[in-house]
Amino acid sequence: MIDNIPLNSFLVISTLMFFIGIYGFLTRRNLITMLMSIELILNSVNINFVVFNRFLYPNQLHGHFFSLIVIAVAASEAAVAIAIIINIYRNFKSIDVDNLDQMKF
Amino acid sequence: MTLNDIMFYLFAGSILTFSVMTVTSRRILRSAVYLLFVLVSTAGLYFMLKYNFLAAVQLTVYAGGIIVLIIFSILLTSHVSEKAVVAPIRQQIFSALAVAAGAVLTIMTIFKFAFVPSAATAIDSNVTNVGRALVSTGRDGFALPFEVISVLLLAAMVGAIVLAKKEKTQNPANSPKS
Repeated sequence: MIDNIPLNSFLVISTLMFFIGIYGFLTRRNLITMLMSIELILNSVNINFVVFNRFLYPNQLHGHFFSLIVIAVAASEAAVAIAIIINIYRNFKSIDVDNLDQMKF
Repeated sequence: MTLNDIMFYLFAGSILTFSVMTVTSRRILRSAVYLLFVLVSTAGLYFMLKYNFLAAVQLTVYAGGIIVLIIFSILLTSHVSEKAVVAPIRQQIFSALAVAAGAVLTIMTIFKFAFVPSAATAIDSNVTNVGRALVSTGRDGFALPFEVISVLLLAAMVGAIVLAKKEKTQNPANSPKS
């Protein structure tokens, strides 16, 4: 136990954050807000990795490095996703997913 | 109730409140700022767990880099006063039901599983240890992921530039749609 705060409270927070992110991903109609929901989901997973590392295996640093790498992947993913979004906006003048049905067969 | 408890509940409350506001706010720019608050509170949780380097990376890369990128793209693609389109109420209700069911199931599973906290002496995650582990190739070394992530960042950078670059077309009237 770190500072009398149990492991479960951290896990409950990250679970709620994960599912709030999924709710946003399902209900949002704008590509950028969907990207923000994905960032929420990735962030909650990071909390899980770090908490498991600190509470269950404090003599190693594996979870710490896993979250570092997840942060780097999230950064590169955001950069590429925003490049794609700007390209879509240039071609369709809109980034609402309802308007993007050109590739539908 | 110690100061640590108070800090924890403060961070937890702000994470949950601002997460909900991020996914429900009608104004996109405000929702990006709420996301910034969520990420800063998460960095606070990392500080509480004594992972100082990770918290600093979270603050610089997430709060400093990604949020600026998102705000930049929001300003490029929509007006500040523009309100987001909301999903139909039917879809909102069913999404909320599915999400609530998933959350309840996961939290029940978490409380049912008996985690055994380790009593081993904690390794100090200062910058010396982190840096040594990142470049060592031994048992607890992370040289391979470090190299892979550097190649990935290079590829993402080149890809983003190529994707967002304006194409030079022969007929400047309209860009190719193909």
